Amino acid sequence: MTAEFEPKIIAFCCNWCAYAGADLAGVSRIQYPPNIRVIRIMCSSRISPDFILKAFQKGADGILVSG
Amino acid sequence: MVTFILNGREVKAEEGTTILQVAEANNIYIPTLCNHKALEPAGLCRLCTVELFDGRRKRFVTSCNYPVWTGMEVNTDSEEVIRHRKMLIELLWARCPNNDYVKHLAEQFEVDTPRFKLDDDDCILCGLCVRVCERIGANAIDFSGRGTEMEVATPFETYSEACVACGACEFICPTGHIKLSEITDKEVQPILSEYDAGLTGRKPIYVPYAQAVPNIPAIDRSKCAHFLTGDCKICADFCPTGAIDHSQVDEEVELEVGAIVLATGFRPFDPTQYDDYGYAKHPNVVTSVEFERILSSSGPWHGHLVRPSDEKEPKKIAWLQCVGSRDINHCDNGYCSGVCCMYAVKEAMIAKEHAKDGLDTAIFYMDMRTFGKEFEQYYNRAQEDGVRFVRSRIHSVDPVPATDNLLLGYVNEAGEAVSEKFDMVVLSVGMEASPGVTELAKKVGADLNHYNFASTSSFNPVETSKPGVYACGLLQGPKDIPLSVMEASAAAGAAASRLAGSRYTLIKEKTFPEERDVSAEEPRIGVFVCHCGVNISSVVRIPEVVEYAKTLPNVTFVQDNLFSCSTDAQAQLVDIIKQQNLNRVVISACSPRTHEPLFQETLRNSSLNKYLFEQANIRDQCSWVHSGDRDAATEKAKDLVRMAVARAALLEPLPLPSVTVNPAALVIGGGVAGMTCARTLAQQGFKAHIVEKSDSLGGQASNLKKTWRGENIPKFLKSLVNDINRDKNIEVHLNGQVKETSGFLGNFKTTISLNGDESIREIEHGVTVLATGAHPTVPEEYLYGKNNRVFRWHELDEAWDTDLVKNATSAVFIQCVGSREPERPHCSKICCTFSVQKAVELKERNPQMDVYIVYRDIRTYGEREDLYKEARAKGVIFIRYDLDNKPVVAETDDGGLEVTVVDHVLQRPITLKPDFITLASAIETRGLEELAQMFKVPLSQDNFFMEVHMKLRPVDFANDGVFVCGLAHYPKPIDESIAQAQAAAARAATILAQKRIEVEGVVSTVDESLCRGCGECVEACPYGAPELVEISEGFQVSQIQEALCKGCGACAVACPTGAAAIRHFTDNEVLAMIEAALCE
Repeated sequence: MTAEFEPKIIAFCCNWCAYAGADLAGVSRIQYPPNIRVIRIMCSSRISPDFILKAFQKGADGILVSG
Repeated sequence: MVTFILNGREVKAEEGTTILQVAEANNIYIPTLCNHKALEPAGLCRLCTVELFDGRRKRFVTSCNYPVWTGMEVNTDSEEVIRHRKMLIELLWARCPNNDYVKHLAEQFEVDTPRFKLDDDDCILCGLCVRVCERIGANAIDFSGRGTEMEVATPFETYSEACVACGACEFICPTGHIKLSEITDKEVQPILSEYDAGLTGRKPIYVPYAQAVPNIPAIDRSKCAHFLTGDCKICADFCPTGAIDHSQVDEEVELEVGAIVLATGFRPFDPTQYDDYGYAKHPNVVTSVEFERILSSSGPWHGHLVRPSDEKEPKKIAWLQCVGSRDINHCDNGYCSGVCCMYAVKEAMIAKEHAKDGLDTAIFYMDMRTFGKEFEQYYNRAQEDGVRFVRSRIHSVDPVPATDNLLLGYVNEAGEAVSEKFDMVVLSVGMEASPGVTELAKKVGADLNHYNFASTSSFNPVETSKPGVYACGLLQGPKDIPLSVMEASAAAGAAASRLAGSRYTLIKEKTFPEERDVSAEEPRIGVFVCHCGVNISSVVRIPEVVEYAKTLPNVTFVQDNLFSCSTDAQAQLVDIIKQQNLNRVVISACSPRTHEPLFQETLRNSSLNKYLFEQANIRDQCSWVHSGDRDAATEKAKDLVRMAVARAALLEPLPLPSVTVNPAALVIGGGVAGMTCARTLAQQGFKAHIVEKSDSLGGQASNLKKTWRGENIPKFLKSLVNDINRDKNIEVHLNGQVKETSGFLGNFKTTISLNGDESIREIEHGVTVLATGAHPTVPEEYLYGKNNRVFRWHELDEAWDTDLVKNATSAVFIQCVGSREPERPHCSKICCTFSVQKAVELKERNPQMDVYIVYRDIRTYGEREDLYKEARAKGVIFIRYDLDNKPVVAETDDGGLEVTVVDHVLQRPITLKPDFITLASAIETRGLEELAQMFKVPLSQDNFFMEVHMKLRPVDFANDGVFVCGLAHYPKPIDESIAQAQAAAARAATILAQKRIEVEGVVSTVDESLCRGCGECVEACPYGAPELVEISEGFQVSQIQEALCKGCGACAVACPTGAAAIRHFTDNEVLAMIEAALCE
């Protein structure tokens, strides 16, 4: 039997808001699935289409841009 | 080291450890009932018995107190051991057949119904209580009796004198047998959490609140068992870093200072003394402070809106305003606390958001005082959202029999008596002087006023009666957060002016060793994995992460730390970086948002550029959020370390740029705010340019005679203008107009034109202060401009000594003329106080005069409420109107004036025949758009300048180096304008006092050889950092002005050729992280 599908998700988080929000989730001990890998950037305007394409190309199942 | 066989496997352990400890370390479960980390092992319950083979024979020992030795063989789950455990549990079950804890044990060990005679006890004689009591140092209880008669008891089975009522015995007892009430008759009081307003308890050792600075626990000496008995110290055993030191004592420290700032705050009013509100009797009558905690996600119910009595969601909540404010009946607080109306509206709005199935909210008030910036709009929104506002002062709160509900009786606007049930009542408590303030004031020699607030004047709002002693915040009078923060900066500014001569004298400059050039070296990455005590290591398997990190490319050194941020770990990090010749460092720990600066400083201390650092967040974004899944959390931690290492290999050292600062300020506006700001800066030795549009200094204050306290404004203004004109550091540019401005923090250049366009002057300055003021509107109603006996508020002052006003027998003031109307929703804040004050003065001059104030809400906030009280005492008549029924002003046939207004008490129109009318015309700004655009600062909905944060940064703009003060920020009385001007000066001085300012190194750069000058980056940048520069004829490229760049990287994305890039977050670095995240 194959293991249940677990998506790999890349999250681009703005240092000033979304990344701080992810930290706050930690401080508040809010539990969420461990499928996300967060990449910290200084601003969501920094996200170039290249990043998104690269992530999909490398096998990401979902991408979260949060800022 | 001891080596022995545990369940068939060879294990190593420290000499002196017990079998139980070694088993635990090897993830082998041994059940125990009497063992506890805080207590010496006793071997009482025998449940931890294991099988021991010593080479010759097999025997059974209690693992909790049997030390390990080399060569022994231990088996923890042999058939005999299991049989033995089952027997013990069966015996316990027979002893305590009805105890849930024992029943649960029986289930766990699969024990059938006991074969023995059943007893009816609930003590399993584990002795935890006796031993913890001994450890606490009280020795109040012990075992008494023998054999089957044995029990835990106090001496002579009477209440114990020795008991300190700490409750440790009851807390530690697993079966619930021990009851503190059977041991002592001392009153047992829970320790109430100050932070949760007493709604929850706290421990004697506690972190005061989540955001406390420093964020470390404190021991409450009055409650800690150690300070009661001299023993215990259990916390010290548990602390992994040995940080707890019970021997510390209070120290007396002597400081030599040149100024003292008093900022001790206030205490919320205690409504227990309002008997009729039953705060002490009814759990569902809470204070607004308690309600704040109920709404808070860190509060007792995690933000879930429930009422205390039954933890059920309320459907109807009432707020009662002015509890402990505007009241000289229950207390002596005649003043208005100034903040309660706004917070009640806020609490009602948030409560509505939190309530899942709808919530009815009603606010019972006397006057709704939402006079702050954008407060009125919030009040309007609350009305639209269905918050009910009932103008009534509630006299009593009665319980509804057989329920936890409450009954309020009141008279509504129509004059009908109504009684209404509520699930919960919130008392909007006011603020009063803290209890210790009288003593403090006496000690420093500062006077207090009749409400025990620090006595200050309108012209020196943060100076106490004692030179060199300053006051700010609630200690000086009731006020909200923005004004408190402004005053705090103002007090700092005033103190800095006084101490200007000693600036730079006590400075210790931090120095770093010279930076090592790593450009020619291959990456040598050191990875440090932090346990963060147990915060990370209890979830993420650190050894596995360490081993994994060793396999990653470019990693030459890996180590784990208990606390990477501790001082000794930092010192060790410096040594390791040097010894191992590391040139990149990855720390896997908490969030870079909190700790990156600290670790970067450590890198600088070890001769590395601070940008050669990367942090993997395996706590806030891993162990804390995946605590239930150790495998997944460990895998994620490995991934995060891999991503960090991938980026670290590509990190480049960056310069730490700094810019020089021109120690001059440009102050736009020559009113009281602008002049005060310039004078405060000049007193500190900085140059200030005042640009004033008109031909004289003074602004709106020139129209005013007295402050609300009665202080003489013209005299003050004259001396202020004199100071300005005499000060060599201040240059005044009258008839000046700002034409254009450029530059950045520390280095601005502004062009002004003088006397029309007669001459042009260029000013270089390090900061800019916008103090452009505001103006009274010109009303188009109430016959203003048509009848010369209708004044605007400041015009009454001008006409004060005319025969018309002197001989008048009747006067009417109409409030909110042009304010709080749909087209201009803001409250102009100062008009109520002005009219009430003038009414009092008219009454003083001629007590027989009829003076009417026609108003919507009287907003004499703070101690100004005294004036309102005085006006009523003197017989000024207040008539309320609402927007649907505005007063009508007409001219009678004989040329007189007539005001018709519907009286709220009589509910019918009445006609007044005043000799003159004063209109409280609104205050608004004019033509700020151009300045706002020029200085890249925003405007509010009401066209006042919009500061970066309304509460916490009330004089700053997001645009560095630009500040605001005075009426251009919002209408305010002269004392608040002066405080804000001093605050703006203090904030500006933090920049001007620096010779050079370090600016962020994470900025954009443009590779000019790739740039084709298309200007996409200029378009994309919200801060104006890139500019197109012609480098040779007809050929332009983009260049980044680093001081303006905020490092967002928008230009790098916009650039079609790849010329623009953002340092430290380069494409390569981000792409490497993406690849590393997905490579396994």
